[in-house]
Amino acid sequence: MTAHAGSAARAGVVACATCGLALRPAAPMHAGHCPRCSEDLEWRHPHSIQRTWALLLGAAILYVPANLLPVLVTNTLVSSQPDTIMSGVVLLYTTGSWPLALIVLIASVMIPLGKLLALAYVLVTVQRRSVVNLRQRTRLYRTVEFIGRWSMLDVFVDTFVVALVQVSPLMSVEPGPGVVYFMAVVVLTMFAAQSFDPRLIWDAAEAESHADAGGR
Amino acid sequence: MQRVVCRCCDLLQRLPPLPAGGKARCVRCGQTLAVQPADPLDAPLALAIAAAIALAIAYTTPLMSLSVAGREATTTLPGGALAMWHAGNQVTAVVVAFCAVVAPACYVALLLVVLVAVRRPPAPAWVGDAMRWVDRLRPWSMNEVLMLGILVALTKIAQLASVFAGPGLYAMLAVVLLLPAIVSTFDAREVWQRVAWADGTGAGDLAREPAP
Repeated sequence: MTAHAGSAARAGVVACATCGLALRPAAPMHAGHCPRCSEDLEWRHPHSIQRTWALLLGAAILYVPANLLPVLVTNTLVSSQPDTIMSGVVLLYTTGSWPLALIVLIASVMIPLGKLLALAYVLVTVQRRSVVNLRQRTRLYRTVEFIGRWSMLDVFVDTFVVALVQVSPLMSVEPGPGVVYFMAVVVLTMFAAQSFDPRLIWDAAEAESHADAGGR
Repeated sequence: MQRVVCRCCDLLQRLPPLPAGGKARCVRCGQTLAVQPADPLDAPLALAIAAAIALAIAYTTPLMSLSVAGREATTTLPGGALAMWHAGNQVTAVVVAFCAVVAPACYVALLLVVLVAVRRPPAPAWVGDAMRWVDRLRPWSMNEVLMLGILVALTKIAQLASVFAGPGLYAMLAVVLLLPAIVSTFDAREVWQRVAWADGTGAGDLAREPAP
C-alpha cells in the first residue's frame, strides 16, 4: 500500500463507503464486509481509472452525434424545421430570451464539454502521479460530480416541448435522433464521475512524501 | 472524540464534538466530514412529509397547458415521459421517467421510511439498506434540473402559442424548495448510530476504541 502518515489506508483503517464507519480489518488483503451495513469494504474503488476512462471515452464519442444531430423537429402545416442543441440556443437568443439561452448554453454545451476535459485532466495527472495542485484537483473533481446532472436540462426541455406541442396537423414537435445520444453523454459522464476515486489524487503525494521520509 | 475518514482524500482525523448547527470540514481537502443539525430527526421528517404531498400533486395534476387557434393541449409530469415513448424515443423516455418521477418518488419514500424507523432505536438492519438507496438515488433525483427544464420549455413554446402554468408546476416548485431543506436538516451519522448492526454485534467501531 502506498500511502503516508495521515491517510487511513496507511494506518490500516478503511471507511465503509456507505455508512462511513471507520474499521481496521484483521486481514488487509480481504477487507470483507462492513459489520454495520454489510457493504463490501474497499480500500479504493476497484479498477477506478480503467472504468472512468472507458465511460469517459464512450461519452466523448457520443458527444459528436449528440451535437450534430437534431434534438427537436418542429412540423407545421407548411414546414419542417430540425434543431440541434446549438441552433436551439441561437433560436432562444434571437427570440429575445438571452438569459435562458445562456442557461441552456452553459448546461448543454459547456458543462458536458467541461466535464469531459476535467475528468480527462484529473485521470491523466493521477496516472502521471502528479503531486501538485492536489486540493485544486480534488475541488475540480467535486465540482464535476456536483454539476454533472444539470446537463440533463436539455433532455427535459425537449421532452416537455414534445409532450405539449401536439396540436397536429397545425403544429407538432418530434424528438430528433440527437436526444438519445445527448442523454447517453450525460448518463455516461455521471457514471464516470462516480466510478472515479478521488483518494487516488492524494495517493501519489503520499507515496512521494513517504519516500522522502524514508530517504532521510 | 470520534475518528473519521475523509471519503474524498482518505485522511484519518479526529472529529471534535460539534455545536448544534455546526459543520466539520476535512483539514486537507475541504470535504464536509460531518454536520450537526439542531433537529436531525423531526425537522427532516416534517419536510419529507410535505415533500411527499407536493410530489403527489406534481405527478397527478397538469403541469402546463397550451392553446393555439382554439385547440388545447395539456401535459402532466409522467405524461411528458409517455409522450417521448410514443414519439419513438423509448430509451430517453425511460431515463426521463426515472430521473423525473421514479427516483424522486423513491428518494422521498425511502427517506420517510428511514426517518420513521429510526425514531425508536435500534432500528432494524434493513433501514441500512434503505439508507444505501437514499444515497444512490440522490444524484438521479433531478427535481431542480427538471424544474428549470420545464421553464425553458414553457418559454420556447410561448413563442409558438399561449401557454399556462398548471397546479403541477407550483407543486414542483414546492418540491424543489423542500428537497434541499431536507438535505440540510438531515444527518446521516445520526441515522446510522440508530441502526442495528447487520452482524448483530456492534463491536469493532473505531469510534469506541480508545485513541491510540
